[in-house]
Amino acid sequence: MARLHEYQGKQLLKQAKIPVPKGRAARTPQEARQIAEELGGEVMVKAQAWVTGRAGLGGIKKASNPAQAEEAAQHMLGLKVKNFVVEEVLVEQRIEIAREFYAGVIIDDAAQQPLIMFSSIGGTGIEEIALAHPDRVARMHVDVGTGLLDFQARDLVRRTGIGGSLQLALGNVLVGLFNLAQQYDARAAEINPLVQLTDGSLMAADCRITVDDYGVFRHKDLGIEIAREYDRPPTRLEKIAYDVEAGDYRGTFYFIQMAEDFARGDGYVGFHGAGGGGSMMSMDAVLRQGYKLATFVDTSGNPAASKVYRAARIVMASGPVDGYFGSGSGVASQEQFHSARGFVKAFLEEQIDVPVVIRLGGNSEDRAVEILEWLNGWVPAPVEGYRKDDSPDYCAERLHTLIRDRTLIEPRPRPEPLHTGEPGLYQFETVTGGTITYDHSICLNCSTKVCVKECARQILSLTDEGLPELNISREEAQKGRCVECLACEVDCFFKGAGGGRIVLPIPGLPEYLQETRS
Amino acid sequence: MSILIDQTKRVLVQGITGREGMARTKLMREYGTNVVAGVTPGKGGQEVEGVPVFDTIQEAWENAGPIDVSVLFIPAPIVKPAALEAIAAGVRLLVIVPDRVPIWDVLAISKAAKEADARFVGPNTLGVLSPDKGVLGMIGGRAASARSWFFPGPVGVTSRSGGMTSSTAYYLAQAGIGATTLVHVGGDAVVGLPHPEVIKLFQQDPDTKAIVMFGEIGGSQEERVADLIESGEVTKPVIAYIGGKAAKSGTRFSHAGAIIEGGRGTYEGKVDRLRSVGATVVDAFGDLPAATKAILAGLGL
Repeated sequence: MARLHEYQGKQLLKQAKIPVPKGRAARTPQEARQIAEELGGEVMVKAQAWVTGRAGLGGIKKASNPAQAEEAAQHMLGLKVKNFVVEEVLVEQRIEIAREFYAGVIIDDAAQQPLIMFSSIGGTGIEEIALAHPDRVARMHVDVGTGLLDFQARDLVRRTGIGGSLQLALGNVLVGLFNLAQQYDARAAEINPLVQLTDGSLMAADCRITVDDYGVFRHKDLGIEIAREYDRPPTRLEKIAYDVEAGDYRGTFYFIQMAEDFARGDGYVGFHGAGGGGSMMSMDAVLRQGYKLATFVDTSGNPAASKVYRAARIVMASGPVDGYFGSGSGVASQEQFHSARGFVKAFLEEQIDVPVVIRLGGNSEDRAVEILEWLNGWVPAPVEGYRKDDSPDYCAERLHTLIRDRTLIEPRPRPEPLHTGEPGLYQFETVTGGTITYDHSICLNCSTKVCVKECARQILSLTDEGLPELNISREEAQKGRCVECLACEVDCFFKGAGGGRIVLPIPGLPEYLQETRS
Repeated sequence: MSILIDQTKRVLVQGITGREGMARTKLMREYGTNVVAGVTPGKGGQEVEGVPVFDTIQEAWENAGPIDVSVLFIPAPIVKPAALEAIAAGVRLLVIVPDRVPIWDVLAISKAAKEADARFVGPNTLGVLSPDKGVLGMIGGRAASARSWFFPGPVGVTSRSGGMTSSTAYYLAQAGIGATTLVHVGGDAVVGLPHPEVIKLFQQDPDTKAIVMFGEIGGSQEERVADLIESGEVTKPVIAYIGGKAAKSGTRFSHAGAIIEGGRGTYEGKVDRLRSVGATVVDAFGDLPAATKAILAGLGL
């Protein structure tokens, strides 16, 4: 889930008319000093990182003057707090706290309703406080149709023993917090502590707001880079992968880089699963063979062949793995030959030189395995495909055997198709920015015309000269009628004359490879 | 018998003219599901796989007759209005296939469903299948595959993973064990019919003699199943496997919704709780068929 930094959350609270300390975020020590000068008096400097217990980690400091604020920021910026490097600090006015409360909105999955909680004791360790003093904590489910009504909020506060004007003010904060949570698709929105100042007014001293990954698209203003929760900032490769996923709604592509800075022989495997449960089960099988994962990938939900291709290219970019393992539930509802073609195109282009084992069980598994194993002889490494009756453990054992006996071959040279230039190139674009080219001077010598036969959407026809062309408009093809099944390149390479070429850009990957492999 | 779907249910497909809608309407029809109408706003008057398409559900109901179930193949951002339309029209069971539906939208759908006494499976579900009777959604992918993979029998299957719903039933079938119904409850944190609700339906179904559950880390569905066993609401034997043993705390593995949150929803917690109330929990997924066979043998089956 997409977590917001404290200062971002406080901006939302301010919009919801919940008072927060004056201040703003700084990216440099000089900027921190300037903010402290503007605020005047004592300030707090707070490292912006998605971790709890920042104070104990040196991430929260008091500064009596701008010079101290600069010094504190200098110390924090670039600091590694758990897995995060601090890039921003929040500089805000120091407040005089008289009393601490807690307020939070979460989604109760069992009740299928939002739940609002209020505690008349706040601060660190709210979970323990709630256990030790159940009478000080009140909670209620909220009707999403009516929202949290004023009287309900006040009554919630009353149940913790608070009355009068404080009850009224706290009730207003709760209503504001609930509305904010609903408006911003929050999975959780907490103010802890919610404080009463010595002058009696209320203020949100700290907050944690997490936005639902699936709701992020409605809130472009939040500037969330990757709508997924990591326990560390996303890697560059993860951002490249996320852009692929964001740009193609067909199926799911989920990518986690599990390791960096490893060498061939260290026992890392590129793991490429299909489906959440099947991936976890298959991952366990690889781990049981004593390997470690370089990647955890899931392409499922009937992804286009092009999406599996891009995923495989990104997995191979993750480092010098010892093998490539793919496996899902084993009984996939989707047509598996699409995934097979995606793998084949990626492995052929990269000339993969570590063993490959892919379990392609499910619909059209025989066809899928056949397509995958066309690779043997054309890439240096052995490639094996398996079906639903081959267990993940058996497949992982096969991978282990192939890695142990690592025998590479000299692949057959890619044949140089007879390109004469006449007739010329036929091109069209695809829905994800790809370009499909048929070299008609090569197609002229093709006897199988496999591209037309295997085209998933049957959008190709032969001209009178026997050359493949779209039987729909280029615009229709680009709008998605061409589903990028990749048959007109992959099947053409192995079974045709080799006139079909598909270029599928992966923004950022060429630069990444150039830098990491040089 | 079976739960949720059989040959008698009259089914509508929302988003029938889209890529998935068309493909899965073919699957459902060929497998025996009684698909009587489709809806895509603005595309009324067409036909898909011989099924008439209407602009609204109300119109479909008036022309094609009463609707028992609606299956949604709709882009996630507009699932909420589509689901509310189905509930308002009087449809009592929805199968919401797409993933990435915002959670607050699911809460709104849940409220409307409760008020109308309707239920929904999903979101992010592969659907429901009763062997040789009917399928809702996309389990099996193709009718011929679904026919060769699954057959009727005494076990109810419920799973939080789509692919593993098919896998579980397939490997049980390979061991000679058939199923009443397979239900993929959906991979999201909030789903309309979570494991405990599905298992209550299996408890009421006379043909279901035992229940096989594919659970996952995260959330509290499996713990709530244990509560039902403990309270005596569920008396049929439950055989379970919990996925995600190797998952690191805090790392979310895929849309499976597998998050470990502060001790709740851990692998050990779920396994211990289920075992403490007498459920069978196998350590390896591959042991499910043998364990189920042993339980059925104990029942004289």
